[in-house]
Amino acid sequence: MAEISIANISKSFAGTIILEGVSLDVANGEFLTLVGPSGCGKSTLLRIIAGLEHQDSGTIAIAGSSVDMKAPKARDLSMVFQSYALYPYMTVEENISLPLTMRRMGTLQRLPLLGGLLPGAGAIRREIAVEARQVAESLGIAHLLSRRPGQLSGGQRQRVALARAMVRQPQAFLMDEPLSNLDAKMRVKARAEISEMHRRLQATFIYVTHDQIEAMTMSDRVAVMMHGRLLQVDPPQRIYDEPKTLEVARFIGTPEINVLPGTVRHDGAIEVFDKIWPVVVDAGRHAPVSVAVRPEVWEVAQQPGEGSLLTGTVRHIELLGSETLLHVSFAGSAASVVARVEPTVATRYRLGSPIHLAVDPARILVFTENGKRAATLTRSVPSQVRNLHG
Amino acid sequence: MRTSIAAALFRHLILATGAVLMVLPFVLMVSISLKTEGEIYHPQFSLLPTSPDGIENYVAAFAMQPLWRYLLNGVLVCVGIFLAQALFALPCAYALAKLRWPGRNLTMAFVLLGLLIPPQVPAVPVYIMLWKFGLLDSYAALILPSAISVFGIFLMRQFFRTVPDDLISAARMDGLSEVAIVWRIMLPTAIPGLIAFGILSVVGHWNDFFWPLIAIQTPELATPALGVMFFVTAEAGTNFGRLMAAATVVNAPLVIAFLIAQRWFIDGLTMSSMK
Repeated sequence: MAEISIANISKSFAGTIILEGVSLDVANGEFLTLVGPSGCGKSTLLRIIAGLEHQDSGTIAIAGSSVDMKAPKARDLSMVFQSYALYPYMTVEENISLPLTMRRMGTLQRLPLLGGLLPGAGAIRREIAVEARQVAESLGIAHLLSRRPGQLSGGQRQRVALARAMVRQPQAFLMDEPLSNLDAKMRVKARAEISEMHRRLQATFIYVTHDQIEAMTMSDRVAVMMHGRLLQVDPPQRIYDEPKTLEVARFIGTPEINVLPGTVRHDGAIEVFDKIWPVVVDAGRHAPVSVAVRPEVWEVAQQPGEGSLLTGTVRHIELLGSETLLHVSFAGSAASVVARVEPTVATRYRLGSPIHLAVDPARILVFTENGKRAATLTRSVPSQVRNLHG
Repeated sequence: MRTSIAAALFRHLILATGAVLMVLPFVLMVSISLKTEGEIYHPQFSLLPTSPDGIENYVAAFAMQPLWRYLLNGVLVCVGIFLAQALFALPCAYALAKLRWPGRNLTMAFVLLGLLIPPQVPAVPVYIMLWKFGLLDSYAALILPSAISVFGIFLMRQFFRTVPDDLISAARMDGLSEVAIVWRIMLPTAIPGLIAFGILSVVGHWNDFFWPLIAIQTPELATPALGVMFFVTAEAGTNFGRLMAAATVVNAPLVIAFLIAQRWFIDGLTMSSMK
């Protein structure tokens, strides 16, 4: 159990910059997820923490002391790989006990036949077997101990990989997309299991994924990475509600956040499709901005009401059972938005129905031209102004 | 259907001709080894011996020359060479397939270049080197020049390249040293390849005549192939019955070994056994 501090890590491969000054502190016992599109450098960062790759500059410290000069095995971290990386010619038991064998037994004691004759070797082996069995039992794979990885299903292999990581009680767990080789159903189950494992072990977890749902559901904090940089590190709900950049806003959340082009008026108000929205920003006047609204934030109506901001046509309806997604397009614009509504509400709409959208002003996100979040104030729009443009 | 039967017949005829041509020398070898001198020179050729007296050839072959000794030498030299080749080839192949270091591609180019050089080319310098070290006419003279096989390095490298990198990363996290990775993780994945290479290596060195002929003077150190030739130069002229008996004895272990290992041999060279 330890905190891990990552300071100013940079790395490039053959002239391509993979990581650029990444700094991050992971608290003891925290579940931190590194999330980002493929190729954003998150796996490389994890491999640098593990010691499998070397950073060009920067420092990794585990439990307060630098490990930059230490080999992977000396860092005392466990890693779970996307492919599980189980040793194919060893049984499940041998796979799970190998980390203990390598740590507790000397080179001579490990020798196949001769080693058994050395004093102490037998006792250590029995002790290791007991621990391997305990871990296997805690993950419900004790009945598989004598099998080989090739004879196991994907879910079973994934548990063996977890067991191998758990058995030696490392300083921290590193997980590199451990669920992406599972089918959708298994993945949901495995997500809960890994969360449960984290609660039980109270250990530090650094979890890499490209799947934002995994990031949102499991983490204490989420670190969003893109183009080798950390864009935002915050608790999941905060990342969702208060994204610092447009890229983060777009990456987190399904369906994707709706982004509409807007401009800042002389008085700081935002204008979208010739309509003044009830927010004021402190951005440059007359500058183009992106106005972003989460799909569930829209309030839909069949008739134009007090706060209607957009009027469009339903172009596509997606039924998801618990909710319905309405795709709305606007006359004279290529932009379209998705509204997430209750199925009972959705039944009022057909393809081609007119639809009016309103928004809680506090939940409108505005991003400046360079993608940074602009601070917004809600403002009540005077009715005469609204009429002018209505 | 008619044409396809004709095609099949044609195919089989060609294959059968090839098979007969390949097997015929061996059949003749066994046949002659079982005949008495009179039968061998008899104007009427028959494949099978007419009397059981031909078995004498085998008794005489073992009595005339220390055949067992030659076979033992063959085993010692071939096993020694193979172990040395594996000892060098596996770590080299691991370094070439899985480690990143400056000069790796150049080294690989040298390995490929080495594949092109026949063993006869460096024979004279190697001979002089062994002479300088005073190692001529010894087991070392037979084993050392073949201890490093570029073909072995190349074949093992091809195998190791198919091993996923994650497996090696996992092994490093689990505390295995690079040496332990070679022997505990990489070697088991390459067993079929190693067996295939072992067969090629053992057959090659068991049958090698050229190098033992120039490196060995003492008859007691002769390898099987060299030992058989002692029957040719025997004072009383060549006795074909005994010569062929010796040749049969020398060939038998290889044939038996191949029959036992042929499944792995084919797996290993086609690499189909991975996964």
